[in-house]
Amino acid sequence: MKGITLDYFIRRLGVFVLTVWIAATLIYIIPRVAPGDPIAAMVSRMSQQAGYIENSDKIIEGWRKRFGLDDPWYVQYGRYLRNLVTFDFGYSLATFPTTVREIVVRAMPWTIGLLSISTALFFVIGNLLGALLAWKKTPAFVKVLIPASMVFTSVPSLLAGLMLLYFFAFQLDWFPSLGAYGRGITPGWNWPFIKSAIWHSILPAASIVVVTFGYWTLGMRGMMITVEGEDYMTLAQAKGLRPFYTLYRYMIRNAILPQITALALTLGTLVGGQVLVEYIFSYQGMGNAIFTAIRNQDYPVIQGTSYILILTTALAVFIMDMLYPLIDPRISHEGS
Amino acid sequence: MSSQANETTQKDWSKAKSVLKVRDLRIHYDTPKGAVIAVAGISFNLYEGETLGLVGESGCGKSTTAYGILQLIQPPGHIVGGEIQLDDRNLMGLSEREFRRLRWTKLALIPQGAMNSLNPTMKVHQQIADVITTHEGRQPKEKMRKRILELFKTVGLPARIYDMYPHELSGGMKQRVCIAMGIALNPSVVIADESTSALDVVVQRVVAQTLLKVKEMLGVAMIMIGHDMGLMAQMVDRIAVMYAGKIVEIASVQSLFKEPMHPYSQVLIESIPSLKEKKPLKITEGITHDPRNPPPGCIFQLRCPFVMEKCKTQEPPLRELKPRQEVACHLYEVSETGEVKNVAASA
Amino acid sequence: MATVSAAPKRKVSRFNRFDNPWLNPYLLTGVVLILIILLGALIGRVAWDSNLALVGSSPLKQPPVGFSHTTLRGTSVGTWEHPLGTDGDGRDMLAVMIVGAPRTLAIGFIAAAAGMAIGILLGFMAGFMGGRVDDIIRIASDTTITIPSILVLIVIQSVIPVNLIGMALLISAFAWPGPTRLIRGQVLSMRESGYVKMARISGASTFDIMFREMMPNLIPYLAASFIGNMQGSILAAIGLEVLGLGPQRVPTLGKSIYWSVQLSGLSQGLWWWWGFPALILVVIFVGLLLINLGLDEVSNPRLRRKVE
Repeated sequence: MKGITLDYFIRRLGVFVLTVWIAATLIYIIPRVAPGDPIAAMVSRMSQQAGYIENSDKIIEGWRKRFGLDDPWYVQYGRYLRNLVTFDFGYSLATFPTTVREIVVRAMPWTIGLLSISTALFFVIGNLLGALLAWKKTPAFVKVLIPASMVFTSVPSLLAGLMLLYFFAFQLDWFPSLGAYGRGITPGWNWPFIKSAIWHSILPAASIVVVTFGYWTLGMRGMMITVEGEDYMTLAQAKGLRPFYTLYRYMIRNAILPQITALALTLGTLVGGQVLVEYIFSYQGMGNAIFTAIRNQDYPVIQGTSYILILTTALAVFIMDMLYPLIDPRISHEGS
Repeated sequence: MSSQANETTQKDWSKAKSVLKVRDLRIHYDTPKGAVIAVAGISFNLYEGETLGLVGESGCGKSTTAYGILQLIQPPGHIVGGEIQLDDRNLMGLSEREFRRLRWTKLALIPQGAMNSLNPTMKVHQQIADVITTHEGRQPKEKMRKRILELFKTVGLPARIYDMYPHELSGGMKQRVCIAMGIALNPSVVIADESTSALDVVVQRVVAQTLLKVKEMLGVAMIMIGHDMGLMAQMVDRIAVMYAGKIVEIASVQSLFKEPMHPYSQVLIESIPSLKEKKPLKITEGITHDPRNPPPGCIFQLRCPFVMEKCKTQEPPLRELKPRQEVACHLYEVSETGEVKNVAASA
Repeated sequence: MATVSAAPKRKVSRFNRFDNPWLNPYLLTGVVLILIILLGALIGRVAWDSNLALVGSSPLKQPPVGFSHTTLRGTSVGTWEHPLGTDGDGRDMLAVMIVGAPRTLAIGFIAAAAGMAIGILLGFMAGFMGGRVDDIIRIASDTTITIPSILVLIVIQSVIPVNLIGMALLISAFAWPGPTRLIRGQVLSMRESGYVKMARISGASTFDIMFREMMPNLIPYLAASFIGNMQGSILAAIGLEVLGLGPQRVPTLGKSIYWSVQLSGLSQGLWWWWGFPALILVVIFVGLLLINLGLDEVSNPRLRRKVE
């Protein structure tokens, strides 16, 4: 095994920093170059909800000062970037004096937990089914069942969540309808809590898994067909290797590589889907925090939570980039 | 034309035992517009310790024949009929599982290793070890290592590549890994598919020498597929010339090079580039008839300079016109006394 | 001595069906599904009063025709006056569908089209100009593609109000890397292929080579990329609407779901409130997926030999 070259590491690290910077800058610039005054818009929306707001001009004035909007743009931008780097997002407007950081620390573990479980599930299930779909020795009835299991593919996870919530929580009452764990249970390393947490995570995880694994099944099937045409497959057959060994050591082992690259590329979309599913199930992760903040016009929380999620996604991609050479021996050579 | 060729140096293969018998092998490829006849009923014997060259232009069915023997034809291709016997055992009747046990222990393949024949995600030694483990069971690690290094030595590979991945090797090295793999289980028959064609000339030489050396050492029967007649001449004992899915001539190297009888063999031999003289290319490339619907009669009639009326209606059978020189051509007639006469020359 | 029996006779018709790859069943079914939605909305505009999509235009929480809904206050039965029922704010669901469905498709179409336009431009620039330009475009697209776009959109839209077009254009800011990467890759590989070299040698201009020689080969890939972007853009739009963002006053499918979740339409058993918008969206997404599977078969003939 060749180690990761320094060049490879630096390039990937650069991509990581660049990703976060681009996203942060987009968030910063677009509202400012877009027509209309964001603060005025915010106040007008507040008045829409609250009816009439007294002294709205003064509120606007006060906020402009608060956000330092009267400073030159580069001072504002510099301050903005500095706050991001130091994770200083200030206080929540709606639940003062809670800091944004506290909200993130509370919500993040739930999001990461749910996302890792559902990602692991759909990736394993999807690729396994795709491999079976392409494998010549798979029994015919399995090859009929697999496409049938994929009917929900392409349905957005948020819609799947709605349906699962309606049928399995409200109609059948098999699963809890909201939250990440039962009321009155103290979070900690105790069995009732763990049981409750698992129980509450089944529907949200399922709504991501049932609509997502089909993509990976289709992708894997395509990759398997490509691998099947490779010369080394002919040789594997000529060698008289056992079919199952050939399946995992020659076919899946090679077909999975592009799938892992694809996983890194779709991570952003996944996080987006997860945010919405959390919202549908009132699952107390980042998605729910974001929604609550949107409803409360709590801009610092919206910005802080979104930024942390973007940062985490980019970090996950970076970690995958670092681990990829371990499974594809060719990669560290490609760059040089 | 006399047949007083000096054949004393040549081993008499007819007395040797045949390891592999192919009879009337037919392989078709299904296409939307009908079946392409890739191998149109070919028969030959492979004798113990012999190297048989299978030559012909690309698309003539030489590789398909080899892969048919190994039962490696992928759909839409399939074996339509024929019979293959290995050590007097009929291979066609075997179940998939029975045939799998036979693979590599009896019938090994040396593919074009310079291409993608090695699994890119497995170390070189693992790819040799897995075939040994599959057919001989698990073995102590140290014993396996010794055995693989021994194989490396045989084919002239350095021990340092043991832990390398295929992409770290040169084309010639990969090809030699494939040779080492091919002989790992001491098979009865090795089929070498264009083993030298994707390499540059110098490496080609080295690999060819490795193949010859290994063959001498093991005395294994070998089928070599190729289109380089010059290289073939140095490596094989007998040559089967294939055209459009059929063997048109099969003869010892000496006879074939000295006196090719089938018009197509003659073209092939003449087309060998020579340093001394530049010969104009005699024939256009490619098979001219529709491979789905071959014309009645001789398969070579559309390109044959000596084509006769008979060729368009009757298919010439493969006949032994001279000792160990079988030819499928109407040009020659055998008189009752056993003399071979060229019809075109006498007309 | 036994000889192998001939393989079972294969049906030649199986091949004929795919003689024109564009006529494969996936593609056709997908196109039909999308057309049904569009036609339904078009006919609805004429045959139904779309003003009923406004708040308070109809009675509250009426079930669809053939269903009844029982609450503590009594039982209401669906009538033909509101065939798909009404929501908790007194909107007629049929009218909401008629108004909302084409909007959803329009957002997807505009965002995908804008993304495609940017992508084609940048992709060809990167592929043909190479060097610095290529580096910058490649890195920009590689990084943008991993950003969870919906989060950026959430932050932006929570600050500035947008209309439908504005929302579509914002979404398109994340719809360009796909086509860019695709075209760049194809341009790079085609530049090396014989016929583009021939065209170059024969003196054709770069522009000619791009559009006369290369475009026809790119079409199935571009179409697939376009459909993929439509899926992604609609998903983003729906996501924003469901979170309560996006255009505020116009009824959309996502907004319907937002209100039904907010006003506990789920726990009250008012399934038609979120169910019909969800159904329309599912049909749209399945339709787009089928189109994409069909396009996949057009551009990748190896997939055409199906599992039997």
